[in-house]
Amino acid sequence: MIVYAGKRLLGLVPVLFGISVVIFLTMKLIPGDVARALLGPMATDQSLAQLQNALGLDQPIHIQYAKWLWRALHGDLGLSPIVHKSVVELLLPKFGNTLILAGASFLLAAVGGVAVGVLAAARQQTALDRAAMGASLIVGNMPPFWLGLVLIVVFAIDLRWLPSLGMYSARGPGGLEDLLAHLAMPAVATAAAPGAIIARMTRASVLEILGQDYIKVARSKGLSERAVLGLHALKVAWPPILTITGLQLGYLLGGAVFTEEVFGWPGLGRQLVSSVIARDVQVVQGAALFIALSFVVVNLGVDLLNLYLDPRSRPA
Amino acid sequence: MPTSTTLAVKAAMPRLQRGPGAFIRAARVFLRDRQAVIGLLIIAITGGAALLAPLISPYDPLTSESVGRLAPIGTPGHLLGTDEQGRDILSRLIWGGRASLLVGILPTVAAGIVALGLGLLAGYLGGAVDHGIMRGLDVFFAFPLVLLAIAIVGVIGPGMGNQMFALAVVLVPYSTRVVRTATLSVKPLEFVEAARALGAGNGRLIGCHLLPNVLPPLLVYTSTLVGMMIVASAGLSFLGLGVQPPTPDWGVMVGNGRLVIYRAAHVVTIPGVVIVITALAFNFIGDGLREALDPRARR
Repeated sequence: MIVYAGKRLLGLVPVLFGISVVIFLTMKLIPGDVARALLGPMATDQSLAQLQNALGLDQPIHIQYAKWLWRALHGDLGLSPIVHKSVVELLLPKFGNTLILAGASFLLAAVGGVAVGVLAAARQQTALDRAAMGASLIVGNMPPFWLGLVLIVVFAIDLRWLPSLGMYSARGPGGLEDLLAHLAMPAVATAAAPGAIIARMTRASVLEILGQDYIKVARSKGLSERAVLGLHALKVAWPPILTITGLQLGYLLGGAVFTEEVFGWPGLGRQLVSSVIARDVQVVQGAALFIALSFVVVNLGVDLLNLYLDPRSRPA
Repeated sequence: MPTSTTLAVKAAMPRLQRGPGAFIRAARVFLRDRQAVIGLLIIAITGGAALLAPLISPYDPLTSESVGRLAPIGTPGHLLGTDEQGRDILSRLIWGGRASLLVGILPTVAAGIVALGLGLLAGYLGGAVDHGIMRGLDVFFAFPLVLLAIAIVGVIGPGMGNQMFALAVVLVPYSTRVVRTATLSVKPLEFVEAARALGAGNGRLIGCHLLPNVLPPLLVYTSTLVGMMIVASAGLSFLGLGVQPPTPDWGVMVGNGRLVIYRAAHVVTIPGVVIVITALAFNFIGDGLREALDPRARR
């Protein structure tokens, strides 16, 4: 298992290299000259050449890449020409806020999805099963931004139960309670579609296990349905459910961009969108790097956890 | 997303019966599936309405009406009310179908065509070509799909054309995986070997023998992607990165309506319901196609 984990880690090297090349090259593909953009239309040729020299833009592209990578590895992603701030300084707190939202949504999607899926499988072909699967089909196709707005209409405008914007109240007491009140709707809106997919997949994989011979043996031994499901079926169904759940994380992060925008959640996704609109390439690049790295790390975590939980997935 | 990859790959087993008989059989299975037929009907209605928009749209989608702004549902002459600029919502939905369906369908189809080329090459030639193509695409899997599309639009600039380009780019790796897996499962079969022994060249082998067997799983996969892309492209337009106002588009309608959500929720909710129903319909069609084209998936 340690050998496999080591191999899996080594396999990340080319992927990470590829990510860095793609992100670096996208910056180079942008029409227009960075030096000219910084100096404005009145710049003289001499000052342009000076700045290009200072920024290293007159060097061959592989040298530029090597320098950029070296700085990035040391936590320096450059300055945003729009907000005049270090990209890392700007993005780190937003990244933390996104982690709070993504973590809460993931928990909600995983727990809710698996619970609904197992329940539907246990009550296969009943009204409960059909209702759960019908609902998950509809919820799974809802755009997260629209669901977020509908939640605002119901819970913030009509019922006045929850705040509709931001992470903390401007004049409120702050603290965990305030955070949770602000987190509730965005987390539900982000979790809904991935949760629905997890529910459907969980149901399918539990049903597949329930059809196997050893389950028939357990039933014919006289075990209760609860024991069959809990002790025998779920033990085996667990690893594929975990994989499916892990795979939804990318989908969830994509959805979080929209809910952050709708609920004014000060996260990475909202920053990405406003930087895209402002054409702040440095920040877009930095955000893309943050997102890709965390996504790679999470996928690795899911893989290793699966390996640990499911002996069958280990290579011989 | 990757879950549908596995589903489509499961459907990737080759079907060896060909010709009109196989097509009629598949069509019959598809039409017996009630959900699939409902899906087809919904798409026929939304697509038909979008195509015939100049004929059936009750009002111009861009001009304000005399009943004023934010007229509620059921206002005489304006079945679904009017929006924040006093434009008829029903007319904007009908016209909006043009942009919304186009940006959902076109990138998926374009990505499918590119993926067909890449996947067949990678699967058929194997070796360094396969390795090069697949490792190159691996990089794209390191980004969540929608975020990558947003970043691409960030580099090339907002707009409907760029939005479609970005969505097509992010879909290519997923579809290529499906095509490659299908190619690998057909390539070692005896009929391919026999054709080669009879002197068929690479072009003939790929075009006449591999392609017809690779198309069904790709078609199934593409049809499930379209529903997702309808939602994703509406999202980009909602954020202001895709279709630009005042062009009517379902995502743009939700985005604009957001500003008046405290006074008139229907401006936001109605286009959202249309997006959900359309995405659902494409999913129904995808499920129906899977059942029709993959004998093992039949219930």
